[in-house]
Formats: sequence, C-alpha cells, structure tokens
Amino acid sequence: MNKTLLYITVIVIATCGLIYELVVGALASYLLGDSVTQFSTVIGGYLFAMGIGSYLSRYIERGVAQRFVEVELAVALLGGICAPVLFLTFTLTDLFQVALYGSVIAIGALVGMEIPLLLRILKDQVKFKDLISQVLSLDYVGALAASVAFPLLLVPKLGLVRTSLLFGVLNAAVALWSTWLLAPLLGNPLRLRVKAVGLTVLLLAGFVMGDRLTTFYEDQLYADDVVHASSSPYQRIILTRGKRGFSLFLNGNLQFASLDEYRYHESLVHPAMVRAGKVENVLILGGGDGLAAREVLRYPEVRSVTLVDLDPMITGLATNYGELAKLNRHAMTDPRMRVVNGDAMQFLTEGGAQYDVVVVDFPDPNNFALGKLYTTGFYKLLKKRIAPDGVAVVQSTSPLFARRSFWCVEKTLRAAGFWTEPYHALVPSFGEWGYVLIAHEPPARHRPLPEGLLFLDDATMASLTQFPPDMGPLPVEVNRLNNQVLVHYYEAEWQRWN
Amino acid sequence: MELTRRELVAAFLGSAVAASACRKSGPRERVPGAVVDQAVELGHRLRGGPLPRADVVEPVEVLVVGAGVAGLSAAWRLASAGVRGVRVLELEAEPGGTSRSGRNAISAYPWGAHYLPAPLEDRGPVVRLLREMGAVTDVDDTGRPRFEESLLIHEPEERFFYRGHWYEGLYLHAGASVEDLEELRRFEARMNGFASARDAKGRRAFAVPSGLSSDDAEWTALDALSMAAWMEREGFRSARLKWVVDYACRDDFGTTAEHVSAWAGIWYFTARQDGNGERSEGYLSWPEGNGRLVRQLVSALPNGAVEGNVLVHTVEPVEGGCRVDALEAGSGKPRAFLARQVVLACPRFIAAHVVAPWRRERPAWLSGFTYGPWVVANLTLSSPPRSRGFPLAWDNVFYESRSLGYVVATHQTLRQDEQGPTVLTWYLPMDGADVKAEREKALSASYADWEALVMADMRPAHPGISGQAQRLEVQRWGHAMVRPTPGFMWGQAKQAAGESLGSSLHFAHSDLGGMGLFEEANWFGVRAAERVLAELGRREVSWL
Repeated sequence: MNKTLLYITVIVIATCGLIYELVVGALASYLLGDSVTQFSTVIGGYLFAMGIGSYLSRYIERGVAQRFVEVELAVALLGGICAPVLFLTFTLTDLFQVALYGSVIAIGALVGMEIPLLLRILKDQVKFKDLISQVLSLDYVGALAASVAFPLLLVPKLGLVRTSLLFGVLNAAVALWSTWLLAPLLGNPLRLRVKAVGLTVLLLAGFVMGDRLTTFYEDQLYADDVVHASSSPYQRIILTRGKRGFSLFLNGNLQFASLDEYRYHESLVHPAMVRAGKVENVLILGGGDGLAAREVLRYPEVRSVTLVDLDPMITGLATNYGELAKLNRHAMTDPRMRVVNGDAMQFLTEGGAQYDVVVVDFPDPNNFALGKLYTTGFYKLLKKRIAPDGVAVVQSTSPLFARRSFWCVEKTLRAAGFWTEPYHALVPSFGEWGYVLIAHEPPARHRPLPEGLLFLDDATMASLTQFPPDMGPLPVEVNRLNNQVLVHYYEAEWQRWN
Repeated sequence: MELTRRELVAAFLGSAVAASACRKSGPRERVPGAVVDQAVELGHRLRGGPLPRADVVEPVEVLVVGAGVAGLSAAWRLASAGVRGVRVLELEAEPGGTSRSGRNAISAYPWGAHYLPAPLEDRGPVVRLLREMGAVTDVDDTGRPRFEESLLIHEPEERFFYRGHWYEGLYLHAGASVEDLEELRRFEARMNGFASARDAKGRRAFAVPSGLSSDDAEWTALDALSMAAWMEREGFRSARLKWVVDYACRDDFGTTAEHVSAWAGIWYFTARQDGNGERSEGYLSWPEGNGRLVRQLVSALPNGAVEGNVLVHTVEPVEGGCRVDALEAGSGKPRAFLARQVVLACPRFIAAHVVAPWRRERPAWLSGFTYGPWVVANLTLSSPPRSRGFPLAWDNVFYESRSLGYVVATHQTLRQDEQGPTVLTWYLPMDGADVKAEREKALSASYADWEALVMADMRPAHPGISGQAQRLEVQRWGHAMVRPTPGFMWGQAKQAAGESLGSSLHFAHSDLGGMGLFEEANWFGVRAAERVLAELGRREVSWL
C-alpha cells in the first residue's frame, strides 16, 4: 500500500471536512446575519456531530474499507451540494434553519467517522504511535490549508456555491482513488468506482452550472451581509448591510440603498408637494418603508398622511426595526401618520375623502397583478381621490432601461385624463429613474422646497424634466386592464439589461 | 353496470384526462358539496296526465311565461313602454334561466352563461341595456360604443393546459409547423373576408343577432354542411386549427364541429368582429356572469312583477286573449289567469307541451329543434390554484379534455392582492350527437361521480388542488341550449316556430335564433314585446 498516497488522502479529507464547516458557517451568517452566533452554533454543532460520528464508527465491525469509501461518497454528495441546497431552501422556503442544522449534523457525523475508520484500516500496517502522530498532524495541516484558502482564495474567486461543489468533487475523487489504494481490502471495487465516477460527474456538472447560481445569489443579490430575512404572505423581505449602507430587497428586487435613497425619495415627493394647492392631507400608496413619508413630513402644513401598503410585515419593520426607523426618521410613529394595511386598489374603489397630494410608489410592473396598478382603470379610480388643486406623482420605472414602459405609464396617465409632467433623476443604485407628475390642470408653484434636502434645489428640480434623446418619448399603447401591454413592454425591456 | 373511476373519467372527459388524472390515484379527501339542480322533476310533470285547473281566474294585462333572458327582456321592453300590469311567471325559484348565478362568502359566480361579447355597433337592445347599467362610457370617432374598462375582461384573458404546462391564448403555437401556421393565417384571412362581407342591401353576411344576417344564398348555402365538412372541403386540416374550431363550437353551441352548421361555425368567428383585423373591445363579464344582466333587467320591473315557483302547464288562446293554467310548485295549488296578451318565453320542447292546440296536434317544426345538455360546477378554493407556465387567466382551458375548463369568478375584482380565496366555474358541454343519451348520462351521474370528474379534470393541471378545495356544487342542465345543427339556421322549422298564434300569443326564446346566446334571447324577447305593443295599439319606435 502506497503510504504517500494515503497521507495525501488524509490531507484532502481533512481540508474538505473543514471547508464544509466554513461554507455552512459563512452561509448562515451571510443569510441570517449575526455572524458571531451563526459561526459559534455551526462550528459547535459540527464538532459535536463529528464526535457522534467518531462514536458511531465503533459499530462498524466488518468491511471497514468498504464503509470508508461509502462514507467518502456520502460526504462528497452532502458536502458538495450543501451550499446550493441551502441557498435554494433560503429563497424558496421557510425551512432554512432546519436545513442548516440538518446539514451540519449529517456532514459533521460523516466527517467524524472518516479518521477513526482510516486509523483502523492502517492500524495493521503502521506502528500505532507513528500512525496517530502522522494522521493527526496531517489532519491539522489540511485544516490550516482550508482555513487559509477559504477566505483568501475560494470565496473571492469561486463563491460559496462553487467552493462547496468543488470540494465535493475532491471528496468524490478521494473515494475513487481509495478504491485502488484499498483494493486488496475491498470485496468488489467496481460498484464503488461506478458510484464514485457518477457522483464526480454530477458534482462537476453542478460546479459548471453553479457559476450561474453564484452570480444570481451572491454577486447580484446579497453582496452584503443579510441582517434581516422574513417571509410574508406577499413577499420575501431581506435587509442587508454593507458597502452601499443598508438595503431592502423584496423578492430579490432592490427597493432602496441607504447610500442614495434620498435621491429617489426627494425626487419622488417634493416636485408634487411644492406644486399642490394645499398639502394638508397626503396619501401614499405603497411605500411601506416609510421613506416617502419621511419626505412628506418635512412640511409643517401636513396634517395627516395616510399610507396604504398591502404588507403589514413591511410597515411593521419600518416602524419597529431600529435602523429602518432611524432612516425614515420615525415617520411611522409620527402622530400625523395613519397606516392602513390593505389593498390599494380596493382602498381607491371604496371611495371617500380627496387628498391634496398622492404619492404612488408601487413596485415595478413585472407581473399582471402589479400591472393592474398602472392601468387607466386604476388611474381613473385615483383621479377621483385627488382634490381639484391636488397633485400626484407616480414612480414609473427607468426611462433608460425600460423606455417604452416609462412612456407607456405617461401615456396611460394622459389617457386617464391627467395633465402630466414626466421627469427623471439619477439614483446610482437603480440607474436613471423616472416619475410622472400628474394633476387635473397644470399646477402652479405654491411653496418653497423644505430645508435640509441633499439632492433637490430649485435649479436641479427644473433640470429633471429635460430628457436626453436616448430617453425621449416613443410611440406606445395605452395600458388598460384588458390589454396589460405594460407588463409585456417591461418584460422585454428589462430582459436586455439582465 | 358499475364503472371504475377511470372508465367514468374516460366516458365523460376523454381518455387523455383519464390517463393523466388516474396515474397516481391514491386515497384523497372528497370535496364536500352537492348537486343543486331541482326543477328537473317538476318540469317532467308536464309530460304526465292532465293537471288540475283552478276555478278562480286572475285577469292580467300581459303575462310573460318564463323569466329567463327572453322573458325578462320582453317585460323590460313593456315596462319601458309604460305598460302596466305585466306579470312574469317562472318555474324556478329565481329568475335568470341559464343566466342564473349564485353567491357565497367569497364571490358571486355564474351557473351558466358568463360573458357577453362587447357589441360592435351602437344600436339594438343589448347596447341600450348596457347603457342603462352604465357599462357604455362613450362612442369613438367611428361611432362604436366604448365600454367601462373594469367590465372588459382583464388580461390575462385566456390560457390552456397542455401536457404539464400552461400556455397563453388558445392556439397551440409550441411545435406548430410552417404548414400549421400557414393554415392558421389562411383561416384568419377567410374569416376576416366573411366578417367584412356585405350583401346588395348592405347587410352583414354574419350579424348579431343572427336574424339580421344577409339571406343571400352565397352564405346561407353554408348552412347545409357541417363546420367539420366545410373545413375539410376548404383544405383546413391542421390538427391545431381544428382544435380551435372545435373548441369554439363546443364553447358557444355545446357540440363539436361535426354537428354544427358551417354557417353557425363561421358566424362564431365573424359576427363579432369587423373584418379589418382590428380587435373588438372583447368580452364583458362580471363575477356572477350574465346574472348581472339578469339583475339589470329585473331592476327595470316593478317590485313583485316576477313570481317564481309557478309551473305553467297550459296556454289556450280564447276569446279576448289566452287562458293560462299553472300549479304552484311548493303546494301544488292550481292557478289560472286570463291574459289579454301572452309572451311564452320558454324553449320549443316546452312550448309544444304547454300550448293547448300544439298538444292536440304536434307541430311539424318541433323535431327540428335539438337541445344539448351541459353540466356546470362551482368549486370554491381557499387560494388560487397553483400552476406551471402562463399565470392564472379568466378563461382556463384543458386542451385534452372534453370539458371547457374553468373561468375564475374573482378575475374581474379590482384588487392588488390576488392571493385570496376564489371560485372556479367549470363547464362541460355534453357534446355527443345523441342528445337523449347524453342527457341520461348527465342525469345518471351522482354527486360522488361529479366530484371525481371535476377533480380528475383539475388535478393534472393543478396538483394539490384537492387540499385547497372547500366546496363543490354541481348544476346539470338537461336542455341547456339549442344546437345550430346543419340545415337548422336557414331551414323552415326555426322560421315557422317563431310566428305568433293568433293575435294574443307570442313567442320568445334564444332557440328561435338557433343559438343559445344572450343577444338572441334578448332580441326575441324585445320582438315579442313589440308585437304585444302593436296588439295593444301602442305606437312605439322599434328597438330592433
């Protein structure tokens, strides 16, 4: 038996064992936040599970070599797929923590069996004192290699998903070469070889495809630490913190980044506020993060703000989650605020008071349910709720990335009988962003901009209505309930940029 | 003979559904519910021996028998002309006929007819009715009516399920060959040609209602052959196209292209468009389907004008009007009326039993009328059905089933949140040629059978739907609608059956138009009412 090869095996399995532990630990702190707790519980759980594995190894009486290869195969499979599976579980279900600790225990227990089994295989060929010293020292060398490579090389170059798959492949390779190394001890190595080859191919395929998964989940979405994650009946809510500050994602779509959200929200709110006849009663549709409300509440004349958002979990976060409440300057608990967790379309249908200013801040029209909120049908309901000298504003996606969509919103508003003034602002996190100011009649300027704005002054505000040629109007259809052309425009246009 | 579940599904919905639904047929919870139709037995009393007659006779100015769309339209026309003393008698407890609707805590839903194609032109009684209910907003530059946006079917309008996946629209584009697409284009061009065709008098070749169509032989000759035969003759052989045509025939006429007149089949594709390739406004619908139109018609009548649970069994023309004999459905108490004018707004197969002279001598036209049975089921779900592919639409069709699939009652509700409970209305036209056998088949199936059938139809497209299903109600319509069989649309029978009997007995029903559609029922109702007005000596401008 070639001892050098055996010792290489020890280094590889030791490295793999530690890598899985690091992958799961990083993933947990990454998706759940609070990395001290996550790392402690994952590492503690993993070590404990290794103990269980070591203990259980005593019950393997016969065919130790055979079992060793099987354990390697199982570790390769579970360890290899742990990162992609955990990512998917996080995105698609609420069972992330169950899956997380399940993987920790399963992988840990299997890894815990490896060294005891290997020692038993080698005990007849090497003197016990040499055996124990060599195997354990190589085990620690492997651990060092893993812990250095992981942060410096693997995560930056490969990302978590591909790291876990790559080490799954290495583990499967160990299983494969073990079938030769231990051939004299194995009854029928052929079956094991077939399994090992199959698994290697499978994990390699995953590794190649993992590139896409990695890009999707890690680079694009949550480049930062996740500090809050929850699911409401309507959407998946993620808050992250990192280089762009503090960001909110709904179903994976960025809603704001604290670094530049002031540009978005100042542009959304103030052009309407300064042109409305009065600003006593304001309605915000959507905007459950409270950031538009923060801008509205800068005006001392505002007497009441009604915010209608479908999702109580979002308005709850905006009210109670410290950093978000700080960012919206505690707008949600302002005595002038009234929060309605309800259906915006139903709210308008029910009729009632008219508002001086209405801020319409819905997510982009990327499905038919949201597309409804951009139809003449919706805007006619809206029109009835705007006071005669009132003004409203509609967030209208990007006139650069989705030019047709933007002008479709504008034309639809005109078809609903509004006077319109389209404008746009640069929000680095989003790109060029568009809005349409609407009113029954062209409104005059009624009041100055409030103090303390970071982006808007009078000169800047005046410049926002200028559209360069690549964002200018295009011939488009009116978006109606019975055609929903906007959803089709939007889908086609954003596809080009993704 | 006891059928196995699989045989039952195959017999009603076809072998494709049986194969995919019964693949994994483990034990599952039955959806609670019931068969809700009741009047079948009562109606059958007409066929028994002589029924008791009342001694006291109630005098009535105008009596309308039947509170379906035809009868209510007649009463609506009379009320609008200011005729007092109009009474409407109905066998069922509720008015509406096959446009009846139901309601539960979640939504109103239809029990039969559920949409109205938006009229192309700004004239006729249907537009008048829509205007009365505020559904017409204005008229466009070309004089066409425009409709309230919220009533037009919201997108997504239709989709179909084919082998594991939902697709948009009703044409199976996936995998279509160049020849298939060429045939589709050729078919559409032919239909546009028919839609824009006018005769020497300027009449459309295919009009709504069908009675306003040109009677030139160039087009009426199409009535002699079936739609399937016409397709074959014109070289339309693409299976995908034939599916669309067959679906259209089953959807509007309740039977397959083999048993539908080519004139009627072409009418489906042409009468409601203008031939310029420009899309009409589409369809109007409400959660309760055409039950909304029924409500509008009833609202025009004085309170108490419509009396339900009354079985009219004999109408006899007498000196100065008609004597009408009836039974109260609950107590069996006989009632009698002497009406100056009568509008008998029931289908021919009932009229032939009720009109005394016809009972003595069976009218020759009767055998020309064929009525197909339908089964409609309303399924209440705790949340919208989950599906793969194109998202939930208003009309959701199962490509390989003999059912028409389902419509979503809550589709037109103005809500941002679409995750709530809903009601699906499932339609099965019993489309076989032998209507009597089809009727017996429909009536012989128990609630347990229908539950198995509806869920077997749904399951392949919506795995897990059983867990969302809260209640299922089934309505069997023995004579749901008249069939425009070959030769019927322009034959003698239809024409002859519509003539008034003497000066006091007039007839109205969609079957006189040859198609079980709202526009036909409404048109014949208004026509009968205007005959009444003429007999009463009222000078009125016709609405027709």
